[in-house]
Amino acid sequence: MTLIDVSGLVTGYGNGSPALSGVTFALGEGQALAVLGPNGGGKTTLLRVLLGELPVLAGSCRVAGRPAYVAQSGRARLDFPVSALDVVLMGAYARTPAWRRLRRAERTRAHAMLERVGMDAQAGQRFGALSGGQRQRVLIARALLQDAPLLLLDEPFTGVDRTSEAGLLAILDELRAEGRGLLVSTHDIEHARRWDLVLCVNGAQVAFGPPADALTAHALHATYGEEMVSIDGETVAVHSHGCG
Amino acid sequence: MLELLDSELLRRALAEVVLLGVVCGPLGVWILHLRHTYAAESLAHAMLPGLVLASLAGAPLVLGAAGGIIAAALLIALAARDRRIGSELAVAVTVGALFGLGVALALAPDTPAKLSELLFGDPLGASYGDLAVAAGLGLVVLVALGAGGRALRVTAFDAASARSLGVSPGRTSGALLVLLGVAIVASVQGLGNLLVLALLVAPAAAALRASDRLAVQLRLAALLGALAGVGGMELSYVADVAAGPAVALVACAFAVLASLWPGRRDGVVRRGPIEGLAGGR
Repeated sequence: MTLIDVSGLVTGYGNGSPALSGVTFALGEGQALAVLGPNGGGKTTLLRVLLGELPVLAGSCRVAGRPAYVAQSGRARLDFPVSALDVVLMGAYARTPAWRRLRRAERTRAHAMLERVGMDAQAGQRFGALSGGQRQRVLIARALLQDAPLLLLDEPFTGVDRTSEAGLLAILDELRAEGRGLLVSTHDIEHARRWDLVLCVNGAQVAFGPPADALTAHALHATYGEEMVSIDGETVAVHSHGCG
Repeated sequence: MLELLDSELLRRALAEVVLLGVVCGPLGVWILHLRHTYAAESLAHAMLPGLVLASLAGAPLVLGAAGGIIAAALLIALAARDRRIGSELAVAVTVGALFGLGVALALAPDTPAKLSELLFGDPLGASYGDLAVAAGLGLVVLVALGAGGRALRVTAFDAASARSLGVSPGRTSGALLVLLGVAIVASVQGLGNLLVLALLVAPAAAALRASDRLAVQLRLAALLGALAGVGGMELSYVADVAAGPAVALVACAFAVLASLWPGRRDGVVRRGPIEGLAGGR
């Protein structure tokens, strides 16, 4: 089943001028796609149009159902008084009428999702008091409670230490194996090589396909321009934070 | 304290300010969490021309307040459409102009209305009708806050992900501003369009300082709002000062006292009442 089908997409913000154009790709069940690009290159713009927040100025954009979205953890308010469990329970809001209390079963499932990402022991801790990697895992647990077939993750490894990063990658591999579709925006070319598909963007689509086809020197230069360096024969993007 | 209960006039005034405190407290918690303090201040100020015109026409103040807020919202929306102006400048200019217009109307030689009553309210002048209107509007605000609690929580915590969780942050913020307008309209008789801000922000700021649990913050703000009403009426009776300002002073005293509360042990910087009172834009 196709989860995302995008063809000739042009999208942009309120002023009507396109921020991202010429995007064509598809993502199926059990596939993981890395969106690679520099700051301001259109990665977050692509995620926002897939979420229905930005208009389709030209072309088409079809998404199966309502995807779960894991924003950069730094965008959540760390001073807001919610526990890790409260955050995960937000994943059940859309299917629970406003006048009805969340069912006990949802609470049990929320604990199960926290357990799955190795965070159930911290269920009662304030979200803002957790480390960057722990916060990211809690947000993924929230996406799991939504039970969406498609997860959109915006730079999930930003501000995460190497140990937490390995744990997150293992969770994402499990989700892919379950048949969920993953779209992960990243700056990290090594991460992009792990996934089934890579989409390079820099204001427009530069390349799309399996990593071996899409991650060519020419495509990377067109994506990152002068922001590329070569270390021990490997091509590396030199910047690592911010949103596209 | 018991003397307050002897007189029907004082009992009615006490009921009015306690009711407003219970409604404004939890509403204020959400206003601070969504950082809409500037909007609260602006809406409260902008309704002055409506109040003056209602007073001149002999109409209920609550109708004038409602008309003033609607006119202000329309003018702000109109001015903000010009991208060269922007929303903050549009609010500042519109509110400044409307407040100036209100004062000019109120101070005109032929105007019988007392400007001070409109600016600072007069809980002692509340009739049973005023009390019933405030109770009805207050109930609407509390029920709506209860029903919209999840949307408010998502919008305040993680607006970027809200849509994927089935929440529209724009609509949620808009609905909160509508509730704010309703609460201000309900409060105009008791506290006027300047002092209502104290009851909206100060108990909430104290509650945010005193607890890091949302449910506790909401209940504590309602309790502190009610206590500000009781304490303010008592202060007014004992010190022979106007009731509305006395309620506002007690509410702000809670915020100042709470700012002396020790910080959280987890090291997360908390937003204090002073920042909340300053606007938190």
